[in-house]
Amino acid sequence: MTNAIPLEAVLMVAAALFCIGLFGALARRNMVSVLMGVELMLNAVNINLVAFWRYLEPGFVVGQTFAIFIITVAAAEAAVGLAMIIAIYRTWLTSNVDNVASMKG
Amino acid sequence: MNTLIQLIFGLLAALIVGSAVMVVSVRNVIHAALWLIACFFGVGALYLLLEAEFIAVAQVLVYVGAISILILFAIMLTRESEGARYMVSGWRLVVTAIVCVALFGAVLVPTIFTHTWNVPPPPVATPGSPAPPEVLAGVEDLGRGFVFSYMLQFQVAGVLLTVALIGAIVIAFEERARRRRVLTLAEEHEVRKRQKPARPPVTGERIPSPQAAPMSDGEQG
Repeated sequence: MTNAIPLEAVLMVAAALFCIGLFGALARRNMVSVLMGVELMLNAVNINLVAFWRYLEPGFVVGQTFAIFIITVAAAEAAVGLAMIIAIYRTWLTSNVDNVASMKG
Repeated sequence: MNTLIQLIFGLLAALIVGSAVMVVSVRNVIHAALWLIACFFGVGALYLLLEAEFIAVAQVLVYVGAISILILFAIMLTRESEGARYMVSGWRLVVTAIVCVALFGAVLVPTIFTHTWNVPPPPVATPGSPAPPEVLAGVEDLGRGFVFSYMLQFQVAGVLLTVALIGAIVIAFEERARRRRVLTLAEEHEVRKRQKPARPPVTGERIPSPQAAPMSDGEQG
């Protein structure tokens, strides 16, 4: 498998996914859409870690362990983030990030 | 065999990148969430192709099973009827696009292609005997690592999940006295229609104040 696909190809897919996720997180106005962009970025990082594990250190479990922990942290982040979005929607009746600007100087 | 693997990889890469582009570009948020599920599935299949079976299963369980459903429920609970301004516009859109394209084209791609990755050479077949199988850390090694080497980290991850769970409940909890019925889209249209003559719609302004929402009678208690 490692001689069929070069490592650079996998890293390119992850880089493209990261940049698309960054665009989504910066350009979308809906809070849930912003969170979806962040999830895409976390997935890109995970692809990178698994690819490094597979190509560079296939005999050790460290790479996979990192990926598992990132999945855990992403799940926690999504739960807290969505709870905050729902709380903000209750208070401000909006889910648009531009409308939640009370801390703007 | 190699051609087949390359073909599968190409299809998966197209699925991942294509559905990610749809996630950030499609107007309807629900459609974006469904494209996100497709993207998660593609990433899980890529893990399978990279021979990380446990992470592929965890990806499908956690991302496709839990996070997507959570996102869909959050969309349902925070649905807004304004769909026209779903993305930033003007110079902000231009700057955002420039930042992302520059990060990809000027930082990531040159780094990936100029860095020398010390990829160990694959085991070669000596004449007379087939190539020795590559040593690959499997699920068994992963479980052993979690129980022995990474015990502390494992416990910390458990504490983190507990804290996140409690935090999510505390943040999203609403006292019964303050509970208000969530407006359906049709009711929100009505509220908006009633408010429209009162004041001209200004872009960027906050939508109706909580007092404008009709309070429900039967919902409380």
